[in-house]
Amino acid sequence: MAIAIGTIYFLLPLIATFEFSLKMNRDGYSFEAYKVVLSDPGFQATFGYSTLMAVLTIIVGILLVVPTAYWIQLKLPRLRPLVEFITLLPLVIPAIVIVFGYLKLYNSSAWLPLTGNDRATDFLLMCSYVTLALPYLYRSIDAGLRAIDVRTLTEAAESLGASWPSILLQVIFPNVKSAILSGAFLTFAVVIGEFTMASLLGRPAFGPYLQLIGANRAYEPSALAIIAFLVTWASMGLIQVFARNARPARKTA
Amino acid sequence: MPTSPDSVTHCPPEAGQARPRLAPSALNWLGVVPFFLFALLFLILPTATLMIGAFQDANGHFTLGNIAKLFDDSILSAYWISFEVSAASALGGGLIGLLLALAAIQGGLPGWIRPTLMTFSGVASNFAGIPLSFAFLSTLGRMGLVTVLLRNYADFDLYSTGFSILSFIGLTLTYLYFQIPLMVLIVTPAIDGLRAEWREACESLGGSSLAYWWHIALPILWPSILGSTLLLFANAFGAVATAYALTGSSLNIVPILLYAQIRGDVLHDQNLGYALALGMIVVTGLSNAGYIWLRSRAERGRE
Repeated sequence: MAIAIGTIYFLLPLIATFEFSLKMNRDGYSFEAYKVVLSDPGFQATFGYSTLMAVLTIIVGILLVVPTAYWIQLKLPRLRPLVEFITLLPLVIPAIVIVFGYLKLYNSSAWLPLTGNDRATDFLLMCSYVTLALPYLYRSIDAGLRAIDVRTLTEAAESLGASWPSILLQVIFPNVKSAILSGAFLTFAVVIGEFTMASLLGRPAFGPYLQLIGANRAYEPSALAIIAFLVTWASMGLIQVFARNARPARKTA
Repeated sequence: MPTSPDSVTHCPPEAGQARPRLAPSALNWLGVVPFFLFALLFLILPTATLMIGAFQDANGHFTLGNIAKLFDDSILSAYWISFEVSAASALGGGLIGLLLALAAIQGGLPGWIRPTLMTFSGVASNFAGIPLSFAFLSTLGRMGLVTVLLRNYADFDLYSTGFSILSFIGLTLTYLYFQIPLMVLIVTPAIDGLRAEWREACESLGGSSLAYWWHIALPILWPSILGSTLLLFANAFGAVATAYALTGSSLNIVPILLYAQIRGDVLHDQNLGYALALGMIVVTGLSNAGYIWLRSRAERGRE
């Protein structure tokens, strides 16, 4: 019973949105709204921008989190509670507060004027996304590292004469690949439609574009909502796929 | 997990005993410098500078005036509406999410239901923001599917009852769309922690199903349920995009007020903006602290 009501509650808005998105032509259902949206240069530009941002966020986030989580596990386990606490802070401090802080700290007359020009603001936006992604990335990667024997792997690699970079790249990364990937796809889903940061930093991302279309058009928003839902669904689906592939591999490792 | 930070294997043997302990431990700290530097620059300093700004006037002198202004009627009412929407969506989402999770895990339903629910919860809890508001406008807006179907087939005009998707009820219903799945995801591990032996023990002592839930399961789950609900509350309290795309600035909630303030549309008082932000951190911080405290209690109870 609870499941049935739940199913209706969660499917109804999707069905309604899909139905609405097909009604652009007066004389029956069509994919006209999708055609209009997909051929809109604004859509292509902003979606491309946000995709690039998401990819950069994922790369920087991984480069920041994997070595840190690895190092904490191996050398400084005492710091684990502190690092965990910091990575949870972005869930405590609302995004709008964080970006407000950026605007105060990095305005064009500040010591580090990161909002001074477009490239610097892009960098700031990417850092803000890495911040937003920290809770997901850290938890996913830390869990992955706990599942393998980091100490033994490291000592084995060291005794074979491997340097630190090659230990990280050739031993640790491949062993937590599925954890990294699931963190990465979650990050992608969070970043791709993000509105608050991009809007207040004034960058041409997909989120502000969605808001603009929503305020000015009738049928296109529904088509965009369906597209956004598919992107989220694809990200989550890929996480499941990688998680399933990882389990048997870990047993034989 | 061994607590000694370093083991002898990492000291090259030729370094001998004379090598000072300081060097390797300083090197150890070097490994976490990038992370702490990043956290300082993009998380802690920006937040700290707002908190300081909340206690300064336009000239940088210390004042409590900004905090006092938070208690003006218009701002206080914004906090109150935010509180109501967050509390309603957290309580509703907490209760429904709990029932859904219980039904899927312990309800004796077919095995495929649980993984399906989990996957879908992962998607739906991340399907927030602007696309979500579009979806609800297409469903319950004036031209929405449900509104139109009710009008055409049930001869019931939803909007004549005073309902509006742009109102308190509308926003709460929309928030529930990501709150319920989030609750399912957070509370599932706690429900998994209920052992079958406890129920069997209760039954073998003649306890009814009600007695099991009232005397055993609920007291064990209680901290997890309350803690998760607090997390949902904080989650709703800080949300901007959904409300902004849904209601524009017609619903006066704190994140929207702050958004408008940053954009320079209203208030025109930078330091009051900092105080608004501080108020938000206090509210979400308190509810998260409650969550963390209750979760550690729940974990201790399970051991």
